[in-house]
Amino acid sequence: MSVATQDTAIRTGRVVRTLIYLVLLLFALFYMLPLYVMVVNSVKPLDEITGGGMMNLPQVWTFEPWLKAWSSAQIGVEPTGLSPYFWNSIKMVVPAVAISTVLGALNGYVLTKWRFKYDTILFGLMLFACFIPFQIVLIPMARMLGLMGMAGSTSGLVLVHVVYGIGFTTLYFRNYYAVFPTELVRAAQIDGAGFFQIFWRILLPSSGPIAVVSIIWQFTNIWNDFLFGASFAGADSQPMTVALNNLVQASHGVKEYNVHFAGAILAALPTLLVYIVAGRYFVRGLMAGSVKG
Amino acid sequence: MGFLDIDNTTKSYGAVEVLHKIDISVEEGEFLVLVGPSGCGKSTLLNMIAGLEEITSGEIRIKDATMNGVHASKRNIAMVFQSYALYPNMTVGKNITFGLEMHGVPKPERDNAMNDVAKLLQIEQLLDRKPGALSGGQRQRVAMGRALVRNPDVFLFDEPLSNLDAKLRVDMRTEIKKLHQKLGTTIVYVTHDQIEAMTLSTRIAVMNGGYVQQLGTPQEIYDTPANIFVATFMGSPAMNVLPAKVAIENGKPTAQVALHDGSLTSLPFSQDNMADWAGKDILLGIRPETITDEDAADRKSTNIAHMTNRIIVTEPAGSDTFVTMEMGGKDVIARMRSDAEVQAGADFSFAVNMEKAVAFDPETETRIVP
Amino acid sequence: MAMQANADFKTKLQIWLPKLVLSPSVALMVVFVYGFIIFSVYLSFTDSRLLPSYGWVGLENYSKLWRLSHWETSITNMGIFAFLYIGICTVLGLSLAIFLDQKIRAEGVLRTIYLYPMALSFIVTGTAWKWFLDPGIGLENVMQSWGWTSFEFDWIKNSDFAIYTVVLAAVWQTSGFVMAMFLAGLRGIDNEILKAAQMDGASNWNLYRRIIIPQLRPAFLSAFVILSHLAIKTFDLVIALTGGGPGRATELPATFMYSYTFSRNQMGIGAASATIMLMTIAAIMIPYLYAELREKK
Repeated sequence: MSVATQDTAIRTGRVVRTLIYLVLLLFALFYMLPLYVMVVNSVKPLDEITGGGMMNLPQVWTFEPWLKAWSSAQIGVEPTGLSPYFWNSIKMVVPAVAISTVLGALNGYVLTKWRFKYDTILFGLMLFACFIPFQIVLIPMARMLGLMGMAGSTSGLVLVHVVYGIGFTTLYFRNYYAVFPTELVRAAQIDGAGFFQIFWRILLPSSGPIAVVSIIWQFTNIWNDFLFGASFAGADSQPMTVALNNLVQASHGVKEYNVHFAGAILAALPTLLVYIVAGRYFVRGLMAGSVKG
Repeated sequence: MGFLDIDNTTKSYGAVEVLHKIDISVEEGEFLVLVGPSGCGKSTLLNMIAGLEEITSGEIRIKDATMNGVHASKRNIAMVFQSYALYPNMTVGKNITFGLEMHGVPKPERDNAMNDVAKLLQIEQLLDRKPGALSGGQRQRVAMGRALVRNPDVFLFDEPLSNLDAKLRVDMRTEIKKLHQKLGTTIVYVTHDQIEAMTLSTRIAVMNGGYVQQLGTPQEIYDTPANIFVATFMGSPAMNVLPAKVAIENGKPTAQVALHDGSLTSLPFSQDNMADWAGKDILLGIRPETITDEDAADRKSTNIAHMTNRIIVTEPAGSDTFVTMEMGGKDVIARMRSDAEVQAGADFSFAVNMEKAVAFDPETETRIVP
Repeated sequence: MAMQANADFKTKLQIWLPKLVLSPSVALMVVFVYGFIIFSVYLSFTDSRLLPSYGWVGLENYSKLWRLSHWETSITNMGIFAFLYIGICTVLGLSLAIFLDQKIRAEGVLRTIYLYPMALSFIVTGTAWKWFLDPGIGLENVMQSWGWTSFEFDWIKNSDFAIYTVVLAAVWQTSGFVMAMFLAGLRGIDNEILKAAQMDGASNWNLYRRIIIPQLRPAFLSAFVILSHLAIKTFDLVIALTGGGPGRATELPATFMYSYTFSRNQMGIGAASATIMLMTIAAIMIPYLYAELREKK
């Protein structure tokens, strides 16, 4: 995450500065708190949590909750742990991200470099589709997936995520390509390159930054989705978020908070890793595309 | 029929016509410059020749073959863009040969062509670099190389020098002219810079508001501008245009022009048929370099008029000194030798070479043809 | 690009290719977004219950909906939630952005910490806060075990206060993102204007109040649009944090729609509630998108 720092003209006194640091640190603690709670409680025995030790570091370190959350916790009716659902999520996310990014790139290319009448209106309609409350499409989507024979399947979920992700990927690529010099496209046309050759040889090699943005955005959104997963997934295609919710909300037996926390971290880990590893590229790519703040 | 014909061509965006019935015929080996202020339609016209913009009506032909509906890559043209439009992800060599590759030219031939062009433009040592690592002038050369390697029928240049600094621009200008003289290809060149237009072209089309205002050799454009727009657009400082009245003195037509104090001076015309305008108002066009101190008056001229007028401002520019005075209620600029003794606020005796003066109809703003 | 009569085949193909490439996306959008919207809106005028049915009932579902106390609770909660969520996120995001913009030493680290909640699923966020706020094991229990035996904090179990715990978790999740938006806005302000204002003798307070914050208008607008649409769509967080409870104390329109459609088999009413959600978002998004796309043209 690097927003270029510039030399600000504002000067502050020592007392004010100390106060500012204090406030900033306080909020850093606030944002870190749930992560701290999840991590420390995922590695301690259950009785340490129920005995009022939620904020303490573990007295006895144990990785039992992690193992249990991964491979043997009761999810729904089966004691499978979260691992099958983790793979379900992967199987859903990878193709959905890939397809929606490719389509978004092509759409952005057409909408900026091959402009035609009403293209802005068309793009507006695509963009609006990103913001609709998905409740409005749940009922017909369920019917449609049934008609297409994709009800309850991973491919059905991939389709859903592609459809409702195209708007965002198109937005990113369109804004990025809008500042890509059109003269280059014209030069390539004169050089005899066709539609796909221009895309492949001229635009795509420069699209790394925005592809990163699109992939991170789509990966995060699709991995974290709950509504579509809960509505359209079958027993063997449920994603991680739905499984985690089932684990935590289970009403029978003892509530194993440490297992819940371990499960929550497992569900959060892929997106957190992406954020930590590639977050800076995300912001950089957004800036390069001059997306408005 | 010329080599490149622009025949009754118009361009509209929706209901708005931006180019009106353009008719230009370019001979083989000509260097045509389209010049005009921004928004005059010159770049649109160039893009239409290139095949990057549709033609609304009329026809464009190259070597007598119609280009309407022919894809840009099949017109056998090459273009140098304002931003150079070098592909940032390819090396200079790849940039130059990309067009040949797209046209299915085999690699050994491409490499030969590339080496020839690189040698011609002296960019051999740059072939493996990426455009990002080049200076402005080097990029310019590469862009020209990319155009040259195609060996096209027509070269199109879209303001190719406007991104260079002043000194480099002059160098590259000479370079382009040399190249044209050496290769003799047909060139259509767009610029807003009238000096580029004058120095490079064999013919100039001055454009404004979607019309070709005048088409002619640089000398024709400069000496006999078709109208006030062309007169004031071409030349720096611009031609002085001042209101005057035509009178007959000693049987000869003269222009009566008010000086700074309201007194009238008589400037006799060289063109006898200006007598037809006797008693009428005209606009008189006098180029700054035709108003000089007495010693610098053109000795070959047969019609030098003399007047004394008050100097308002002097601007020494080193080689010349520009002097501002008031004539016909307008600021008028005169170009003196740098050692002419001029002083602001003082009266000075000027020589006006009336052989070069032109007159315009104040109604139509067109030149009164003698 | 209009076609020329005598264009050759390859040129013709090149003219049509862009539209051809765009068409799958357009087709998906027409069917799966706008077609579905029309279908759902249509259902809201029918007697659909467990399954879609096409008996026209006019506005009956809407009048039923507005008489339901369950819906009334959802709407009231939405009002409280949206007001606090948008308000707090904006104020907090702006304040943190201004503080971070004072050449803070560890800016990069702090920014990363403020922003990471955005990367998490609402289900994860809900789980973490659910147990942290749980009086049995969370904050209350911890405070009591540390000796503050009279400490009480049972909002999540208290139907009068549970909605505020949803606000808390939602603010935790998104305020960092709002901070980033404002920070980008602050970095975009011309430094020379600030220097000029200081030469004019403006204090820091006046500098922000009169010069800087007014220039952040686009950031405010974007923040408002994004936050309001997130607020209306809030669903997973409530499911994970409170499950809509205790009782119906934290039901929102999104959870209402879900339970009426899929658990209570009142599809007509569910569709009516979804239509109202869509209308609300459209009222905010359409003018915004219109203005954005127009100025870019």
